Amino acid sequence: MNSTITYREAVRQAIVQAMEKDQRVFLMGEDVGHYGGGYAVSMGLLAQFGSERIIDTPLSESAFTGAGIGAALGGMRPIVEIMTVNFSLLALDQIMNNAANLLHMSGGQFNVPLVIRMATGGGKQLGAQHSHSLEGWYAHIPGLKVLTPSSVQDAHDMIVLALADPDPVLIFENAILYNKKGVLDTQALPLAIGKAKVERTGKDITLITYGISVFKALEAAETLSHEGIDIEVIDLRSLRPLDDETIMKSVAKTHRVMIVDEGWKSGSISAEIMARINEQAFYELDAPMGRVCTIEVPIPYAAHLEQAALPQADKIVAMAKKIMEKL
Amino acid sequence: MNLELASNFYRQILLIRRFEEKCVELYSKEKIRGFLHLYIGEEAVAVGVMHALNDEDAVFATYREHGQALARGIHPNRIMAELYGKEQGCSRGRGGSMHLFDAHTRFYGGIAIVAGGLPMAVGMALSDKMMKRNRVTACFFGDGAVAEGEFHESLNLAALWHLPILFICENNLYAMGTALELTESQTDISLKAASYRITSKQIDGMNVIEVAESAEQAIAQIRAGNGPVFLECLTYRFRAHSMFDAELYRQKSEVEEWKQKDPLIRLHQDWPDINIAKHEKEISHIIDEAVEFAENGTLESVDDLEKFIYSSEVAR
Repeated sequence: MNSTITYREAVRQAIVQAMEKDQRVFLMGEDVGHYGGGYAVSMGLLAQFGSERIIDTPLSESAFTGAGIGAALGGMRPIVEIMTVNFSLLALDQIMNNAANLLHMSGGQFNVPLVIRMATGGGKQLGAQHSHSLEGWYAHIPGLKVLTPSSVQDAHDMIVLALADPDPVLIFENAILYNKKGVLDTQALPLAIGKAKVERTGKDITLITYGISVFKALEAAETLSHEGIDIEVIDLRSLRPLDDETIMKSVAKTHRVMIVDEGWKSGSISAEIMARINEQAFYELDAPMGRVCTIEVPIPYAAHLEQAALPQADKIVAMAKKIMEKL
Repeated sequence: MNLELASNFYRQILLIRRFEEKCVELYSKEKIRGFLHLYIGEEAVAVGVMHALNDEDAVFATYREHGQALARGIHPNRIMAELYGKEQGCSRGRGGSMHLFDAHTRFYGGIAIVAGGLPMAVGMALSDKMMKRNRVTACFFGDGAVAEGEFHESLNLAALWHLPILFICENNLYAMGTALELTESQTDISLKAASYRITSKQIDGMNVIEVAESAEQAIAQIRAGNGPVFLECLTYRFRAHSMFDAELYRQKSEVEEWKQKDPLIRLHQDWPDINIAKHEKEISHIIDEAVEFAENGTLESVDDLEKFIYSSEVAR
C-alpha cells in the first residue's frame, strides 16, 4: 500500500507498528514523551502507549543509553533516541565500550539487540554543537551497524530492520529530511542492512553518497545530464557494513569515482571508501577519484558560512567536471 | 547464623584468597598477563552479597571481579582458563581477568570502565520491572566510581523509576592510588546515595556476616517493590592495585592495621569451630585442578579471530 508522507511520519509509523506488534519494544530518550520528541518524531505516542513504554529520561545520555543496553540484555527491544549526534558523545562510553564490545568480550554469550536513533547534520543554523555529521566516526567501530536512511521508505524500513537485528544498530536521521515527503510502500520487502542502492544509473561517473547528500547528488546529476555527463548515484544506506560489491560493480562500469560526504575529509568514511576502491578496483580507474566533503571547520552559525561549509550541488557539479576533464 | 553457614562463608572467602594467591604466582611465571587486580582483603563483600541472591538474579561487577565470579558460582576451572587466555575460559579467552562473563550464572562482567556497569545494571533492572519478573540486579563498583557522572545518572534513574537493583559500593579508600579525601568533597558515600532518595547504609565490609545480613534485608526490601538499596561496604585492598603498583600512596602501617580486620580472622574468632584445615586441603585441591584445567586448555584458532563481532543468528 503506497502513501505519500513525511520522513518524520515514516519513522513514527515504523515505531508505532513495532510497538503494537511487540510488547518488548519501547522508546526512551530526552523529551520523547510529553514534549513529543525534539524533532517531533514521537508526537502523540505517549498518549497511545503510556509512560511505561514512552519514557522521558533526564538529560543523562550515558545512563539512558547504558540502560538501553541493559534492558536489551534483559530481553527487551529498546529504541533509544538521542536528540542529536552531538549529544551522543556523552554516551560514547556506553556505545563503544559496552554495546559494541559485549558480544566479543563475553566470548559470544551476550548480544545487545539495541536500536539507537539520533538526528544528524547541519544546515539549520544551529552552530557548532548541534550540526555535525559524526556517523562516519561510528562506522569505525566493529560491533556496531551504522545506518543512514535518506528516503521515506528507508526511514521506515530501517527501524524495522534494526529491531530485527540481534546486535546494536545506530540510525542517523538527517534533521533536514524530517519534513521531506516521499512514498512509503508498507508492503515492500525492506532492502537488507548492508545493501547499497543505485538511485540513478549512469555511465560516466560513480557518485557514492548517503543521507541528505543523496538529494544534492541527484540534483547535480540532473544538471550534469544537460551537459552530457551521465552520473550513477549510489546511496550507501549503511556505512557499516559497507556494500563493497555494489560500489566495485559500478566502478567497473564507469571507471570514475566521486564521493559526497557531509562529514569532514580527514579520517572519514569518504577516505575509507577511496581506500577500498584503491585496494579492490585500482586498475578500473581512468581518473583520480574526487571528493566533496564538509570544509574542515566547526559548523558556523551565519547562514552563508554554513552553506559554504556543507557539500552543495554546485560543488558536486564542479567536481564532476574536473574528473571528466582528466581523461 | 549457624556454624554451617559461617563455615561456608569461610570456605568461599578462602577459595577467593587462595585462588588469587595462585594467580600472583602464575603471573610471575608469565602464565597470566595483562592487568591482574586482586580482591584480597575485600572478599567478605562479594561472599556476603552473593549469599543473599538467588539464581534468577543478575550480577554486574568491575575489573576487580575474580571474587564476585567465584562467589557467584562460576567454576574456578573456567575462570583460571580465562586468565590463561584459553578457549575453555568463561569468556573463551576473549575477555581476560577484567572481563569475566557467564550467561549460566547471569554474570554480566567484568566491566572495566569505572562506573560503566551502572547504567547497564539499571537497564537490566528496568527490563525486570517492565517484564514483571521478580528478579534483582546486584551492581558492584568501587569508591572511584562515585566521581563519575555515570554513577550519579544511574542512581537518579534507579530511584526515579523504583527499580529492583542493589548497589554495592566497595569503598576501599583509594581510587587506584588516590585517596578518597583527595578527590571527594563529601567522603561519606552513603550520603550521596541517600541524596537520591535511595535507602542507603554504610556497613563493615570486612565482616561477612554483617554484609550477608545487610544484603538479605536489602534484597527483601527490593523484592517487596520498594525500589533500590545502596550498601556502602567499608573495606580494604591488602594487595597493590594491580601488578604494576609500587604502593607509594599509602603507609605500610595502614595496610597492617587493616590486615588485623581480615575477614578470615574475624570469622574464625566468632566461630572457632570452623574446620580450617579441612577447607584449606579441599581448596588446595580445587586450585590445583583449576591450574591443571587451564594448562591443558586449548588456544582458540586464529582463524576464528573475527568471530563474535556480530551475532551469527538473527534476533529471536
